[in-house]
Amino acid sequence: MSEVRAYRRTLSTWWWVRKPSYFLFVMRELSSIFVAWFVLYLLLLIAAVGRGDAAYQDFLDFAAHPVVVVVNVVALAFVVLHTVTWFSLTPKAMAARIGGRPVPPAAVIASQYVGLAVVSAFVVWLVSR
Amino acid sequence: MTEPQQSIGLRVSRYRPETDDAPGWQEYDVPLRDEWTVLDALNHVKNEVDPTLSFRWSCRMGICGSCGMNVDGEPRLTCGTFLVDHLPGPVRVEPLANFHVARDLVIDMTDFMEKLPRVKPWIIRDEEMSVDDGEYLQTPEELDAYKQFSMCINCMLCYAACPVYGLDPDFIGPAAIALAERYDLDSRDHGARERLDVLIEHEGVWGCTFVGECTKVCPKHVDPAGAIQRYKLKAAKESVKAVLLPRGAR
Repeated sequence: MSEVRAYRRTLSTWWWVRKPSYFLFVMRELSSIFVAWFVLYLLLLIAAVGRGDAAYQDFLDFAAHPVVVVVNVVALAFVVLHTVTWFSLTPKAMAARIGGRPVPPAAVIASQYVGLAVVSAFVVWLVSR
Repeated sequence: MTEPQQSIGLRVSRYRPETDDAPGWQEYDVPLRDEWTVLDALNHVKNEVDPTLSFRWSCRMGICGSCGMNVDGEPRLTCGTFLVDHLPGPVRVEPLANFHVARDLVIDMTDFMEKLPRVKPWIIRDEEMSVDDGEYLQTPEELDAYKQFSMCINCMLCYAACPVYGLDPDFIGPAAIALAERYDLDSRDHGARERLDVLIEHEGVWGCTFVGECTKVCPKHVDPAGAIQRYKLKAAKESVKAVLLPRGAR
């Protein structure tokens, strides 16, 4: 058989701006950096609390710095995106069944928000009591 | 009132390997009819205007999976894509994205044909029954378990929609994994272990980053993205078992 001289196409670096769904996907991937930032932020907070009042006050000053506030606002937006997109994708990964009957995707998604609300309420109670 | 549109433009990607270094565009004008699909328009061009235009097609009713192309940037079966949905035009027709182009709208599908048998998409039995023993029977529930994944027509639209495949051609891809799931879920099959060995590799399910476009473009509602994520869960469980359990209990 003669060799076919096929034209080899390559994906452009900017493939992800061509389609809204690709863009959203890349933003979702990017959001993991901000999730990591919040984990680090929380660890810094805990470390500061552990080291006493002065260290805690230093942390509060750091947290009130305009740059940190802006970073945290952006991070919050990305973490919300992360949560919403992954919650909505969960039914795809889990073909959940109860008593042999498939659980509707909306119920799987809703149960995650209920879980989030319960955990959040517990944390609020823990911090404010 | 303006006259209703009588014709529509087609902007078709052309590549003739004996003369062209890279694909270029060619414009055609075709009559606009309510019942005409993009494939009808291409056939009109081929028969009436330019017999040198090359493209694949066969059944023209969404069964054979031959006529997949990128229409206005979206992977579509051209036999199910109507011109009137792309008004006022021109309709941009390109070969399926992410594949090498053999000629005009014809892609080189060698890569897909090589990947498909790797997941062993056929029924594997521990012990084969003889023909005299009759059929392998199945309940309607057992059929329902895999039926959705058996609707795949190998049209490769999911590969054209998948940026992971575009970036890493070694990725085994959505359709192959969905077909592996189709046989894994079949009550008559015992080949899950053999398929897992192929799909647990990096180029298998773990290559997928869950963009989800494969499911959106699938003309048969197979949901390859769902199949892949379920396979990841299965692969992860097996990995944990391999670490925690003694060999005999796995």
